[in-house]
Amino acid sequence: MNVLLANGPLQRRAWLVIPPAERGCSPTMTAPLHDASAETAPVDPALAGAGDDAKSIEGRSLGRIAWNRLKRDKVALTGGVVVLLLILIAVCAPYIVDLLGHPPDQHHEDAIDPLFQTPKGSLGGLSSEHLLGVEPGNGRDIFSRIVYGARVSLLVGFLSAVVAVVVGTVLGALAGYFGGWLDACISRVMDMLLAFPQLLFIISLISVVPNEMFGLTGTGVRLTVMILVIGFFGWPYIGRIVRGQTLSLREREYVEAARSLGAGRRYILFKELLPNLIAPITVYTTLMIPTNILTEAALSFLGVGVKPPTASWGQMLSQAVRYYETDPMFMVVPGVAIFITVLAFNLFGDGVRDALDPKGSR
Amino acid sequence: MLTYLIRRLLAVVVMLVVVMLAVFGIFFLIPKWTGVDVATMFAGKQSDAAALDGIRQKLGLDDPIIVQVFDFFKGILVGRDYVSAGDTLHCSAPCFGYSFKTEQAVWPILADRLPVTLGLAVGAAVIWLLIGLAAGVVSALRRGSIWDRAAMGIALSGVSLPIYFTGLLSLAIFSYGLGLVSNEYTPIEESFPEWFSGMILPWLTLAFLFGAMYARLTRATMLEVMGEDYIRTARAKGVREPVVIRKHAMRSTLTPIITLLGVDLGALMGGAILTETTFSLPGLGQAVLKAIGEKDLPLILGVTLITASAVVVANLIVDLLYGVIDPRVRLA
Repeated sequence: MNVLLANGPLQRRAWLVIPPAERGCSPTMTAPLHDASAETAPVDPALAGAGDDAKSIEGRSLGRIAWNRLKRDKVALTGGVVVLLLILIAVCAPYIVDLLGHPPDQHHEDAIDPLFQTPKGSLGGLSSEHLLGVEPGNGRDIFSRIVYGARVSLLVGFLSAVVAVVVGTVLGALAGYFGGWLDACISRVMDMLLAFPQLLFIISLISVVPNEMFGLTGTGVRLTVMILVIGFFGWPYIGRIVRGQTLSLREREYVEAARSLGAGRRYILFKELLPNLIAPITVYTTLMIPTNILTEAALSFLGVGVKPPTASWGQMLSQAVRYYETDPMFMVVPGVAIFITVLAFNLFGDGVRDALDPKGSR
Repeated sequence: MLTYLIRRLLAVVVMLVVVMLAVFGIFFLIPKWTGVDVATMFAGKQSDAAALDGIRQKLGLDDPIIVQVFDFFKGILVGRDYVSAGDTLHCSAPCFGYSFKTEQAVWPILADRLPVTLGLAVGAAVIWLLIGLAAGVVSALRRGSIWDRAAMGIALSGVSLPIYFTGLLSLAIFSYGLGLVSNEYTPIEESFPEWFSGMILPWLTLAFLFGAMYARLTRATMLEVMGEDYIRTARAKGVREPVVIRKHAMRSTLTPIITLLGVDLGALMGGAILTETTFSLPGLGQAVLKAIGEKDLPLILGVTLITASAVVVANLIVDLLYGVIDPRVRLA
């Protein structure tokens, strides 16, 4: 849903571009850069004194300006740092867990009160041995499961965003550039997908997928299917933006100039248009990842995500439903993990949007 | 205007047919590819061949898929007859078929659960519109103030929290911890206060998420609109600020809000699956989740079609409303 939020404001900002100088593109591409810098320069006088490279007046590309702006946005940077930390945790999960010595699937019956099936001790069995306590019932170490759960969340979040971005950019650019019946077809499909009862379809699809597929089994299948399906329902959001941008960009003088110089379609699409689409695509991707993470958690919560015993945050929350009265800690830990992750991505995404978009609302 | 309406209604029909085909495809074609017999899916793996044949014949599973789709469509419009071993079972319109699991007609099940979902969605929508719009407008007008920062901070947290987590948390605190409200659903006919007590947490939880989204959208749109030329023109004409905000800015701010509201309300009609699961509300969402688990196709088809129709009809209403809200929009 997040993706919808920036919808209106962004579409009108066709002039928002990454400088060609940085991307090694043809000189014809400087046209929008002039527009943009003329517009931004007076808007941001504070920046002139702030950056290290302020001594030279010219030569600051839009990408550099955006980066400078992002550097000053402490909140967004904090979000970015947290995101990096989370990625690090996910990548190093086996080492972190090894260090503490509680594999995520190991049961610790000794930490469980046999009468109530809840963890011994206060706060869900929190101790120096089990940093975030243990699960009620079987006593699995929550910290280890949270660390491994980060892998699932981030993997699905990132890869499904990649699927959505690739499909959305290709189809959106094709629709916007070629127009005609192709545009009509793609646009109808996008409208239709946006009006689809998505969660329902995702759940239905995953529930009929067999256990073995594409040479994968169990968790591998579920992960692949989740990535593909979430990505599939996400591409129209990107597709619409890219189509709108392409529509307005293809009428620009620099595209016309390239065409009159004899540039082919492929050249214009990849060398002239695509670099100018990078900014909106970046913004949408960063804002799409948290939404996808939430979707993955929701699917696991509903029991159609990764299969147990593989740990995922949503699945931990769904188990916590039964214990919210006796062991509230079990619900708080994965909930807070999802919250921190999604919030960090959102903060960073908002920062990226504001940095790439000086007319932004902040 | 009339041609516009006709074109839109045609699009609605196409949309519904596509949704139906997609559901059919998911539940009939994917098992076919992967070599699973649909009849065993519904009757259980232990069933003998005769029982499976009976099911196939009764449900028409041996017919070509086109015929099955056509029969289903016919059932909704005019009703249909199921013939098996000499018995004829008439199912009057709107006939969504019979549940594979409970063998009850689907439509009464859905009709039974619709009020729960409707009550949840409408009640929550009222709250989130009030909160979201108010917070968004004030934040935009007092941009950069403490109020703006606080409201937007809360809103950002709101969109970052999974609804089932806030739901569980609110249940643990307000229902189990403080005992303020009920954690069970009571039908409104039975007892209004009990119903209200059971619905207040689901409403607030849902409204917190959507209110946060609407506040962010309202603020962003409002800021954009306040920078438009016609606002400057209005001010230059000497229109007082409150009037500028109410009559000029609010109108165009409402356009994207209404768009989103149409989509959201439509989608919630199919059951706020997560909210209903968290609070054990016997709505459409809970029904469809169970049906998906049991691969109960008629029930899934029924709910999906209701949702899809709700979304497209809501979108249609929204598009017609545009003209009323924003005088610049002309329907063609």
